[in-house]
Amino acid sequence: MGNSTVFNVRGLNVYYGDFLAVKDVDMDIKKESVTALIGPSGCGKSTYLRCLNRMNDLIIGASVKGQVSFENRNIYDSNVDATEVRSRIGMVFQKPNPFPKSIYRNIAFGLKVNGFTGDMDEAVERSLKQAALWDEVKDRLNDSAFALSGGQQQRLCIARALAIQPEVILMDEPASALDPIATLAIEDLVRELKVNYTIVIVTHNMQQAARVSDETAFFMVDKDRSGYLVEHDDTQKIFTNPTNQRTEEYITGRFS
Amino acid sequence: MAQILDSRRKFWIRVEGSIVKWLFMACASVSILTTIGILVTLLYQGYGFFNEVSPWEFLTGTRWTPILKPRSYGVLPLVSGTLLVTVIAAMVALPVGLMTAIFLSEYAADNVRRIIKPILEILAGIPTVVYGYFALTFVTPLLQNIFNDLLVFNALSAGIVMGVMIIPMVSSLSEDAMISVPRNLREAAYALGATRYEVSLRVVVPAALSGIIAAFIIAISRAIGETMLVTIAAGATPRMALNPLEGVQTMTAYIVQLSLGEAPVGSLEYNTIFAVGLVLFCMTLLMNLLGFWIVRRFREAY
Amino acid sequence: MNEYKPVAGSVSPNRKRRKIIGTSVYFVFLISTLVGIVSLGVLIFDVLDKGIPWLNWQFLTDYPSRKPEEAGLYSALIGTIWLMFMTALLTVPIGVGAAIYLEEYAPRNFFTKVIEINVSNLAGVPSIVYGLLGMSLFVYYLGSSEQFLGRTLLAGALTLALLVLPIVIMASREAIRAVPDSYRQGAYAMGADKWQVIKGVVLPSALPGILTGTILAMSRAIGEAAPVIAISALVYMTFIPAHPMERFTVLPIQIYNWVARPQEEFRGLAAAGIIVLLAILLTMNAIAVVLRNKYQTRSEE
Repeated sequence: MGNSTVFNVRGLNVYYGDFLAVKDVDMDIKKESVTALIGPSGCGKSTYLRCLNRMNDLIIGASVKGQVSFENRNIYDSNVDATEVRSRIGMVFQKPNPFPKSIYRNIAFGLKVNGFTGDMDEAVERSLKQAALWDEVKDRLNDSAFALSGGQQQRLCIARALAIQPEVILMDEPASALDPIATLAIEDLVRELKVNYTIVIVTHNMQQAARVSDETAFFMVDKDRSGYLVEHDDTQKIFTNPTNQRTEEYITGRFS
Repeated sequence: MAQILDSRRKFWIRVEGSIVKWLFMACASVSILTTIGILVTLLYQGYGFFNEVSPWEFLTGTRWTPILKPRSYGVLPLVSGTLLVTVIAAMVALPVGLMTAIFLSEYAADNVRRIIKPILEILAGIPTVVYGYFALTFVTPLLQNIFNDLLVFNALSAGIVMGVMIIPMVSSLSEDAMISVPRNLREAAYALGATRYEVSLRVVVPAALSGIIAAFIIAISRAIGETMLVTIAAGATPRMALNPLEGVQTMTAYIVQLSLGEAPVGSLEYNTIFAVGLVLFCMTLLMNLLGFWIVRRFREAY
Repeated sequence: MNEYKPVAGSVSPNRKRRKIIGTSVYFVFLISTLVGIVSLGVLIFDVLDKGIPWLNWQFLTDYPSRKPEEAGLYSALIGTIWLMFMTALLTVPIGVGAAIYLEEYAPRNFFTKVIEINVSNLAGVPSIVYGLLGMSLFVYYLGSSEQFLGRTLLAGALTLALLVLPIVIMASREAIRAVPDSYRQGAYAMGADKWQVIKGVVLPSALPGILTGTILAMSRAIGEAAPVIAISALVYMTFIPAHPMERFTVLPIQIYNWVARPQEEFRGLAAAGIIVLLAILLTMNAIAVVLRNKYQTRSEE
C-alpha cells in the first residue's frame, strides 16, 4: 500500500451563484486507500466530491475556486481538459444509473468514448469480474441492464467505471438506494478494489464508514449554511478518539 | 493504467464534436432564415406592387378587380370576406369548443375522456380539402333546404364547417388552461356547497381566463389563414360582404386563384398576391403576438 | 363579552333551482361535446357513402381524365409519395439538429430566446404564406421571372420542409428533454464529451419520440394543398414525375380538382380520393401510436 498522495486539495471553495456551498477545504488523499466523507445532510460532501472530477462544471452557475491537484497537476488549470480528468477519475452515483442499453454495451460505452482499440470482449469481462458481477451475468450480456436488480445495477455501474481503468473511483452514497444485503456486497467490493484503486466515498451511514474506510473526513455546515471540513484523520482515531468536539458529538449521535 | 486509450482517436473525436456543434447551430438558424425569407419575400415583392398602387387605395378601396377592367385594387372586399367567414366560424367554435373543454375537464369520467380526446384529435388532423368537400357537397345542400336563397358558394357553409374544424383547437388549448387551475381552488368552492356548474363557470373558467382567451385568439388566427376550405366552398367573388348567404372571396382564396391563373411572373397582377399575403401575414402575426402577450401579462400565478 | 347576533339577512340556498340549472347546463355541455363527434361521424359517413362506389384498383392506377369512369389518382399518388419522401429527407435532419442545439448546446441567453419565439411564431403562419415564400425563393429567383428551381418537386419539398420544420423541432425538443439527466451524468462521468454523450446516450433514448414527431409532421404535410398549389400551379396532370426536377401534383390537389367540377360523378371521385388520403393518414398515425406505446413501456422498466 503506497504512502504517496493522489489528491492535494488546497483552499477549495465552491459557489452556486452567490451562495458559498463549500468553504476552504484543505485535504490530502492517499493513494490506494479508502477515504470516507461523512457529515449531516446539506454539509457539502457530495458537492466536494464532485469537485474532484470536475462534475460541478456541468452545473450552471457553479464556480470552483482553489486548487485540486491530481498527481501534482491542478485539474482546474485552464489548459486541462475536463474529459481527460473524468476518464482517470471515475464516479459512481447514488441511484444506479445504467444506460438503457445491454449490459455489454453499458461497459463498452466508456471504452468507445475514450478511443479504446483493443479486445472489447476481454475488457468487458475483466471489468465485470473486478466488480464481482461476471458470474451472475456472463450468460446474458446482451440483456437490458434494467433486467438486473438494484444491487446488480450498481455493481454494473462500478464495472462501467472500472472499464476505462481510472486511478480513482469517487462514490456518492453508492449503497443508500440498496437493500442491506446488496449494501454489504458493495462494501465487500470496495474493500477488494482499494488494493488497486484510490476510493473516496461519501456516506451518511457512519457504521459503513467505520467498516470500510482507512481515513475519514468529517464535514459540517456553519451558520451561513456553508459546508466546511471539521476533521480528517485515520478512521480508527475519528471513531474512537476524535480531536474536535463537534466530531465527537456527531459520532456519538448527540446530533446528526 | 489508463494507457489503453488511444489519444489520436480521442483527438479526432474532439474534432468531430466541434464540427457537429456548428452544424447544429446552423440547423437552428434555418428557422431564423425562414422568417427572414418570408419577410423579404413579402416586402420585396409587395414593394413591386406598392410602386404602382398607392397603399392608401389598397387599404381603403372597396373594389377588388385586379384582373378585369376597370382595374381596382382595394383590398377591403377580401378582408371582409375573410372576416365574415371567420366570425361565423368563431360563433360556432368558441362556445362549442369552450363547453367541450369544460365538459372534458370538469365533468367527464376518465374513460369517457379517453375516448373523446382521440376523436377530437382525429378531427383536428383531417386535411382541410376534406372539410371543403364536406362544406360544398353536404352542408350547402342541407342548408339550402332551410335558406332558400342560399347560393352554391356561400360564406355560411364555409364558416360553419370551418368552425367545426377549429373546435378541437379551442377545446384542447382551453382544456390545458383549465387543467392548470389548481385543485384546491375547486375544492374550496365545493366545500362551500357550490354545485359543479357553479364551480366550473364561476371559479375555473375565470381562473383560466387568460389561457382561454389566448386559445380563442390562436384559433381565430388559424381560421384567418385557412385556405382550401374557403377556396372550395366560399366562392371567388370579392365583395364587401355582410350577407352570409352569398359567396365571398377571402384573401387566401384569392391567392390560390391567382396562382392557378396565367398572370405573368413579375407583373402587377402577379404582385397582388404578395400584397394580399402581406396583409394576411400581418393579421395572423398580430393575433399570435396578442395571444402570447395576453398569456404573459395576465397569466394568473399559482 | 360579545353577544352572538345573527347576521342580518339570510342565506337562501335555492338548491332545487340550482339543481335544475345544473342538470340543464350539463346537457348543454354534453351536446356541445357531441357536436364535434357527430360532425366527424357525419363527414366520414358521407365520404364513405359517396366514395366507395368509385373505389377500385383501377382508380389507384389510372391517370385523371375528363371522363369520370376512366379517371384515377395515379399521378397524384406518386407525386405525394415523392414529395413526402423528399420533404422528410430535408426536414428531419434540420429539425432534429436544431432541437439538439436548442436543448443541449445553446446557452440561456437572449439569442436563444429569439430562436424559440421565432419557431413558435412560424408554427402559426398560414400555410399559403409558405407557398408564397417557396414561389419567390425556390421556384423563381427573388424578384425576377427567371426560373431557379422551377415548379418542381424539389421546390415543393423545400417549401413543405420549412412549413413542418417547427413541428419537428418542437416534438424533438420534447423527446430530448424527456431523457433523464442521470443518463447524461453517467456518461459525462466516464470522460465523454458533449457530443459523445448526445450521440451515445441522449439521441438513442430520444429516438422513439423523435420518430413520433416526424410522423406527426408528415401527417400535416401530406394534407397540405395550398402551398403546393402555389408552387406547382398545376391541378390536372396526366403523367408522373421521374426525378426531383419535374413537375408534380399531390393527392389533396387532385381532390380539389375533382371537387371543383360541377358534375356529380366527380364529387364521387373526390370522395374516393378522400378515402385514400384518410386511409394513408390513419395508417401513419396508427404507426405513431404503436411506436409511442412500445417505447413507453420499455423505458418504464
